[in-house]
Amino acid sequence: MKKLFTSREALLCLLILAMLLSVGSVAKDFLSLSNLLSAYNDTSILIILALGQMLVIITRCIDLSVAANLALTGMVVAMLNSSYPDFPVPLLMLFGMLLGLTMGMINGLLVWKLEIPAIVVTLGTMSIYRGIIFLLSEGAWVNVHEMSEAFMHIPRSLHLGVALLSWLSIMVVGIFYYFCRYSRSGREIYAAGNSPTAAFYTGIDVGRSQFIAFSISGLLAGLCGYLWVSRYAVAYVDVAAGFELQVISACVIGGISIMGGRGTVTGCVLGAVFIGVINNSLPVIGVSPFWQMAISGAVIVLAVIASSKAEKKSGRIILKSAAIVPSR
Amino acid sequence: MEKITEQKWQLSKDWFKAIKLPWEFFLILITALVFTLCSFASPYFLDVWNLSDATFNFVEKAIVALPLAMLIICRDIDLSIASIIALSSVAMGFAAQYGLGLELIVIIGISVGVLCGLFNGWVVTHFDIPAIVVTIGTMSLFRGISYILLGDQVLKDYPDGFEYFGQGYIYWVFSFEFALFLLAAVFFYALLHKTNFGRRCYAIGNNPTAAFYSGINVKRHRLLLFVIVGALAGVAAVLLTSRLGSTRPTIALGWELSIITMVVLGGVNIMGGAGSIPGVFIAVFLMGIVTFGLGLLNVPGIVMSIIIGGMLISVIATPVLIKKFSHRGS
Amino acid sequence: MPQVAPFYSLRGISKAFPGVKALDKVQLDLYPGEVMALIGENGAGKSTLVKTMTGIYQPDSGELCLQGQTVSLATPDAARSLGITAIHQETVLFDELSVTENIFTGHYLTHGPFKTLDWKEMRRQAMQILSDIEAPIDPDMLLRHLSIGQRHMVAIARALSFDAKVVILDEPTAALSIHETQELYKIVNKLKASGCAIMFISHKFDEVFAIADRYTVFRDGCFVGQGKIDQIDEAQLVTMMVGRTVDQVYPKQKLPLGDVILKAQNFSHPTEFNDINFELRSGEILGFYGLVGAGRTELMQAIYGVSENINGTLELQGQPLSIRSPADAIKAGIVYVPEERQSQGVVLDLPIYQNIGLPQLNQINKNGLLNQRSEYALADTYARRLLVKAPDWHEHVGNLSGGNQQKVVIAKWLATKPKVIILDEPTKGIDISSKAAVHSFMSELVEQGLAVIMISSELPEVMGMSDRIIVMSEGLQVAQWHRADFNAEKIVSAASGGLNEKTIH
Repeated sequence: MKKLFTSREALLCLLILAMLLSVGSVAKDFLSLSNLLSAYNDTSILIILALGQMLVIITRCIDLSVAANLALTGMVVAMLNSSYPDFPVPLLMLFGMLLGLTMGMINGLLVWKLEIPAIVVTLGTMSIYRGIIFLLSEGAWVNVHEMSEAFMHIPRSLHLGVALLSWLSIMVVGIFYYFCRYSRSGREIYAAGNSPTAAFYTGIDVGRSQFIAFSISGLLAGLCGYLWVSRYAVAYVDVAAGFELQVISACVIGGISIMGGRGTVTGCVLGAVFIGVINNSLPVIGVSPFWQMAISGAVIVLAVIASSKAEKKSGRIILKSAAIVPSR
Repeated sequence: MEKITEQKWQLSKDWFKAIKLPWEFFLILITALVFTLCSFASPYFLDVWNLSDATFNFVEKAIVALPLAMLIICRDIDLSIASIIALSSVAMGFAAQYGLGLELIVIIGISVGVLCGLFNGWVVTHFDIPAIVVTIGTMSLFRGISYILLGDQVLKDYPDGFEYFGQGYIYWVFSFEFALFLLAAVFFYALLHKTNFGRRCYAIGNNPTAAFYSGINVKRHRLLLFVIVGALAGVAAVLLTSRLGSTRPTIALGWELSIITMVVLGGVNIMGGAGSIPGVFIAVFLMGIVTFGLGLLNVPGIVMSIIIGGMLISVIATPVLIKKFSHRGS
Repeated sequence: MPQVAPFYSLRGISKAFPGVKALDKVQLDLYPGEVMALIGENGAGKSTLVKTMTGIYQPDSGELCLQGQTVSLATPDAARSLGITAIHQETVLFDELSVTENIFTGHYLTHGPFKTLDWKEMRRQAMQILSDIEAPIDPDMLLRHLSIGQRHMVAIARALSFDAKVVILDEPTAALSIHETQELYKIVNKLKASGCAIMFISHKFDEVFAIADRYTVFRDGCFVGQGKIDQIDEAQLVTMMVGRTVDQVYPKQKLPLGDVILKAQNFSHPTEFNDINFELRSGEILGFYGLVGAGRTELMQAIYGVSENINGTLELQGQPLSIRSPADAIKAGIVYVPEERQSQGVVLDLPIYQNIGLPQLNQINKNGLLNQRSEYALADTYARRLLVKAPDWHEHVGNLSGGNQQKVVIAKWLATKPKVIILDEPTKGIDISSKAAVHSFMSELVEQGLAVIMISSELPEVMGMSDRIIVMSEGLQVAQWHRADFNAEKIVSAASGGLNEKTIH
C-alpha cells in the first residue's frame, strides 16, 4: 500500500505541531479545542481552493484566476440573495458552483483547444472576471444587512460541534482522496502531468486532463465564493484580491511540484494548514499582522529550496551496485 | 571565395524575416486603429499635453517590461517586480528621512532593486527551481518586508529636486520619464538584437540544454538577467516615487500583471525563445493609448482590466485560431 | 498450402514531415501466428511506421486494414481498443508512477458502480505478468528507481497486459543482455502460439533469422521487398537494405598513431559508471561499444563537464585537466556531439549560421557586438566542408533533415578547432548518404591529427571505423581490443556481460 506520509509531509507535520506547541506555550488558550476548531474553520476555504489548484499544478498548469472567480461568484450569489431573499440557499450554493465551474471550463477550454499557456489564459481571465464584478455591482457593496438570515447562518451552523464550513472542507478532502487514488480521471491527471508524451502514447488526452483540472478548480472556487461572502458578510469588487497567491503558496509548501506530475492530497492539506496556523498564531503572539506576508513569502522560498534538494536527480541507475533499492 | 560569401550574404539577407515584421505590423495596425478611434471619440485626445500626460501612466511599467521581455525569452519570469518597486521605494523613503542627498537616494533605490534581482536569480539558478515559484515567494517576501518596515505609515519627506525624475520635462512636452524610456528602449533593442548577450538569450530560450552543451554559461546568463530586471525595477521605483512624492507599502500593487501583459502582448512567447523589443515597444503604446482613451471616455479602471485581459487572450488566440481554420481548409 | 489472409495490412501509406518524406507509399502485411521482421537502416522510417500503425501519427495518404476492413486510428487509444500494441524504442513511461500503474495506465481495471480503480487486482495481475516474463520487479516500486533494462521489462509487461492481437516490437533487444534477449524470444514464441501477429524490428540479422517467419525491407522510407525468411540469406538482405555492397561503407585508413592526448584514470560516478581507464592518441578512433544504457553516454558527458559528482582524473597532453562545465571542455579542445541531437545538439529555431557560431561568439565578435558577416563567413566555411544541404545558412535548423542537422552539429564543433572530438551515436537516425559523409569525415579528421571517440551501438560501424574498441557493460569497462583482434562474437558477448574479467590484448 502507498505510504500515507512522505518524509516531506512528516516534516511538515512536525513543523506544524512545533508551531502549535510553541505558540500554545505563550498563549494558553491557543491550544483549546474551540480555538483550534475556529482556526481550522478559518483555513477551510484555503484548503478547498488549494486542492483545486493542486490538480491544475499537477497537469503542469497554473490557475491565477481562482480568487477572481471566487469574488465574482460571491458577488453574484450575494446580489441574488439580497434581491430574492427567499430563494433557498442550498440552491444558491449549487448555482454558485455551476457559475464557478463555467468560469473554470472557460479557462480549461482555452488551454485545451487553443493551447494557450495556462499562465497567460488565467492572467487574462483574472482581470476579466474581476472587471465583470464591477460591471454587475457598479462598484457597490453588498453588506451584511442585505443578506438573508439563512445565507449568513448556514456555513456557521454547528454539526457535532463543528461548523458546516469545516465539514465542507473535510468532505472535499475526502472526495479528493478518492478522486486522486481511485478514479480514472484522477490518475490520468497525474499521468498527464508526469509525462505528457508518455500519456499521449497511452491514449490519454493531456488537454482534456487539463480541462478537467481547471473545471474542478473553478467549481471549488464557485463553492468558496458563497462561503467567503457568507463568512466575511460582505461582497465587493476586491474580495479576496491576491488570495490566489496564498493558494499557490499552500500547494508549493505542501510539496506539489510546479513541474507537474507530483503531489499528494495530504501534502496539499498540510501546506494549507501550515499557512492557516501562521495566520492564526501571529496575532496571538503579538506580532503585527504586517509580518504575515513576509513570513509566508519566506516560507515559500525556503520550502521550494528544501524540495529542490529532494527532487534533484542523481543520474541514471546503471551500475548494479547502485541499483539496490530499499524494499518497502 | 570571400566575394561569393559576401554576395550570398547580401542576397539572402531577408529584412522582413530578420525583424519579424508580421507580429509587429499587426500590433502597429491595431495601435493605429485604436489611436484613430480614440481621436474621433474624444475631442481631448489629440492634444500634445494630454498625450504627454498619458505617457506617465505606462512609462514606469514599460521600463520594467523591456528587461522582463528578455528574461521571459530566456524561459524565466519574475513575478516579484512590483514588490521590488515597493521595497526599493521604501528604502528610498527611509534614506530621505535620514536626510541623505539626492544622488544617494537614487543609488540606494536602484541598489535595492539589484539586490532583490540578485536574490531571485541566485535562488532560481543555484537551486534549479522554476522562476515562477521562486518569484511568487519573493513577491510576498519583498512586499512583506515593506509592510514590516513601514506598516501603515507614509514616507513623504523627499528632498527638493527629487520630484524632477517623475515630474520634470527635458524639453517642451517631453518628460524626463519618457526620454528615459526611449533611451532604455534603444539600449535593450541593441542588447537583445545586436550583441552576443542577446544571441545567447535566444539560444537559451529555445534550447537551454543545447545552449549549455555549446559552452554557454546558462546559469550566469540567467542570473545576470534577473539582476538587470531588478535594477530596472529600481529605476521604475525612483520614477514612481518621485512622481507620487510619497511611499506606501501598497505602491505599485498588482503591476506585475500589467507589465507581463505588455510583454506578452508584444509578441514575446511566454514559453520562451521568441520575441522582440520593437514588439514590446509598440505593445506598451497600445496599452497606454487604450487606457488613456478609455479614461477620457470615463470608463473606470476596473473595466479597463476587462478590455486588457480580453486583449491579452484574444491577441494570443487569434493566430492560433487562424492556423486551426486554415489547416482545416486544406 | 492454405493461403492465410493477412491480419493487419498497410496499403500505400505515406507520411511527410517538414523537410523529410519519412514514409513513401509503404505496404506491409502481418499474418496471425507469424513473426514479421521489419528490416532497414536507421532512418529508414521504421519508427515513423510504428507510430503510424499505432495511431500516434496520422498517415498523409494510404490506408490501414485490419482483417480486411479499412480502419482509421485517430488516437493511440483507438489502436489499442482494436488490439494493436507496441513496445517503442524509447521506453515512454511514467517516472513518478508505480510499476503496476505504468502497466495499467490507460486501461485501468475497475470495479463497482463508480468504476473505482481496483488496485488490488491490478497489482495481482502485474505480479502475474512480471513473473511470466521472469522479471523480478517489485510492482509497488516507482519507475524512477528502476534500471534501464528493468524499464524495458516493464514496457514489455505493459504490452502483454492488453488482450493484444497485433504486437509491434521496435528494437526491443537494444538494451537487453543475451540472457534477457533469450527470455524475450520465449515471450515472442508464446505470443505467436496464441495467434498474435507480431512485427519485430531489428537490424541485427542473427536475431532476425532466429525468430522471424517473414521479412519486409525498407530503405529511405520506401518499401523494397518482402518474403519468407527461409528463402533468403543475409547477404541478399543486406543488399536490399543498403542498396549496394557493404564493403565500401567504411572508409577506414591505416594511420600511424601519435602521442597520447587524453587520458582518463579511475573515472567514476556514484550510479552511472565506475573505474574507467583509457588513453586516447592523436590520429586514433576509439570505439565505445555496449548495449543501449551501458553508461557510455553518461561517461562521455562526464568527461565533457555535464555531470556532477565525478571522481577520478583526466589528463590532456600530459597536463591534469579539471572540467566542470562544457565551456571548460571546449576551451581545452574537447567537444561532444551528443546522441540526442534535437534536444542537446542544435537550437532548432535558430538559423544554421547562428548555430555554428554559438560556442565561440566571443571569438567571432570580440567587442560583444554581433558581427553577422564574420559569423556567416565562419559558418559558410564549415557548412560547405560538411556538405550541409540547405538553400542558404539562414535556414532554420529545424527545417533540415536529421542527417543535415547532424552535419550542422559537427560543423559547429569543427569550427572551434578541437583536439578531441567525441561522437555519440553519430549516425543514429540519419540517412545512408549522410552516414557515409560522417564516416568519411571521421577519417579525414584523424588524418589531420585529431583524436576521435565514437560511441556506437552498431557493431559493423564500430568494427569498421575504430582502431580500438572498449566495451562497456552496466557501467563498467569490461573489455578492450585492438583492430587486429576484433571479433564480433567476443565483442557482443562482452557487451552482454559475458566476460567477467577484463580482457586486454
